[in-house]
Parts: sequence; C-alpha cells; structure tokens
Amino acid sequence: MNPSLAVYRGVKRAGINFAASVPCVNLQQLLRLVGEDPEIMHLPVTREEEGVGICCGAWMGGRKPALLMQNSGLGNSINALASLDLLFKVPLLMIISHRGCEGEQIIGQVPMGKLTPKLLDAMQIPRLSPSPDQAEDVVAQAWSLAEERRSPVAVLLDLQFWRAK
Amino acid sequence: MKRIEAIALAAEAAEAQEALVVCNIGFPSRELYALMDRSENFYMLGSMGLASSIGLGLALVLPKRRVIVLDGDGAVLMNLGTLATIAHNAPRNYLLVILDNCCFGSTGSQPTCTHFGTDLEAIARGAGAESVRTVANAEGLRSALAGDGIVVAKVEIGNADVPIIPLFPEKIIERFMKSAQQAERS
Repeated sequence: MNPSLAVYRGVKRAGINFAASVPCVNLQQLLRLVGEDPEIMHLPVTREEEGVGICCGAWMGGRKPALLMQNSGLGNSINALASLDLLFKVPLLMIISHRGCEGEQIIGQVPMGKLTPKLLDAMQIPRLSPSPDQAEDVVAQAWSLAEERRSPVAVLLDLQFWRAK
Repeated sequence: MKRIEAIALAAEAAEAQEALVVCNIGFPSRELYALMDRSENFYMLGSMGLASSIGLGLALVLPKRRVIVLDGDGAVLMNLGTLATIAHNAPRNYLLVILDNCCFGSTGSQPTCTHFGTDLEAIARGAGAESVRTVANAEGLRSALAGDGIVVAKVEIGNADVPIIPLFPEKIIERFMKSAQQAERS
C-alpha cells in the first residue's frame, strides 16, 4: 500500500472534513490528496500553532479537524495544545511527519526528532506509529480516540514509513 | 476611548447581530464577561495569540454565522502570520477587532512595538488584506463593527477593575458550541 494513500484512506474513514497544514516533503502526496478532496476544507497556515487555533474553531463549529505537519511544528504548538486543546478538551487528529529518526540526512532535524515522543508523552497526548499496512485502520482509530478522550492524538510517521512501497 | 468602552460597543453590536465572539486572554475577556456575558462568548483562557485563528476556523465552517474576534496588539504581534492567512481566506462573516493599547495590558502595561510606531493596519495591508481600517473613537468603531475584515481600534492603556471569570473551561466551551451549532442549523 502506498503510505500516503493509506493515511488518506484513514482520514476519510475517520470522517475528517477540515484540515490545516504546514508542509513537509514527506506530506506532499497526502497534502495533494487532501487539497483535492471536495469533502475536506483545507487551509494551509503559516505556523502550526495557528493551525491548532483554526482547528479548534472548526471543531467548535461542528467539523472533524486534522492538522498535518512536521514534528518541528509540534515544538511550535506546545502552549496551544496545552492551554487551548487540553484545557478546553478539544479533540484534534495530528498527522505528523516524524523527521530526525533513523536514516535522517539533515542534522538539524535530529534534536526535535529525539524529543518528539517525549514531548507528547509529557503532555499525555497519545501517539500511534503504524506501518503503512496498518495506517488506514490506525488513523481512523486515532480520531475515534481523540473524540472519546476529547484531546489531541498524534499519528507519528517516520522516515521508514514514507519509504515503504 | 477606554478599552472597556470599545469592548462594550463590540458586545452591543455582537448581541444585536447575534454574532459569536472570540475574546483574547486576560483582562479583555474579564471586561467582556463583566459587561455582557453571553453563551455566544468564547473566553480564551490561554493560548495567547490564537483568538484570531479560532475565530477564523469558526467563520469558515459556519458561513451563516457572524464571528467577531476581540484581539490585542500584543497578541496579534505574537501571531503575525494570522494576518496573511486571514487576508487570503477570511469569509465575509468574519471581523477581527484589534484593540491596540500599545502595551501588554494584562501584565503591567509593558510597551509593545505599536507604542514605538509599528502600524498594524499597514502590516495587515501588506499581508494582503483589503478591508482594513484604523479607528480612534466610539463613532468610528461603531461604524466598523457593522463591517467585515480587520479593524485596528486605538484605545487607552488601563484595565477596568473586574474579577476573574468564574466559569470552568468545560462550561465556557459547552455552552458556546451549543449556541454556535444550534443557530447554524436553523
């Protein structure tokens, strides 16, 4: 299964109908699929934290929101995730390209790559790391979990994930 | 114009227009609560900088509902990208009111860059926004509150003597969402 298509199918099965995004090279195909889907309102934003705010507004207005970003954007969003989403109990599906792991070529990605799981754990935000074969199911489950817990949930997709055929 | 006077005008307009209001953290939310509490008010208790973004998400998905955001100069300077996103995506049911008192009013009135000449109207125009104006008195604000886009309202430094909002976050969001979604369906 093509990894981007597997994630997209999970997004569709979850009923996601609103997305904000900041690009990552690994999200190119997924962003195109989401952007071309007439059932998903897609808003490219300038910074991931801004996306957290916009997704919160969309959810309060009745939508099922997802935020598509690189894990560097998690660092840009910590306060918003805590003092908006965790405080007001706002669900959010975060589809995160996890850079800075095994096989990373760009040294600047490594510090946040190592910290990403710990940051999510410290915030008690659940994180799921499916293989491409599991991705459709896991992405759909991640949104169900977000709704049930009324909290953000992260799907972390590392370099191995995107390289799978 | 005092900030609480500007907020009072915005609250009256919001009530008359049956608008949703997203209000900035700190004293602005406390002043709004003290003046006119409505279930249509979302008091943003944290996430400084994101009131304009929350309001934008609401306005995009609730096209029949008017959304007014009460923000501040310090908060907008913290999330300047929002002006670019608003400029190219905000629908006609969205109005961002930036209450510009040239300082961080809730933390001891430390000056922001608007105190030294930074012009938020010019930044918004540079970001691509077309409907932008600056107002400095009640008459100007009253007229701007009938429109859409972005308005920079120059207000005096100073907070009113108002208490902390005695509502839990769960309560604020529960009643806000009920009001927001009920009215959209009808």
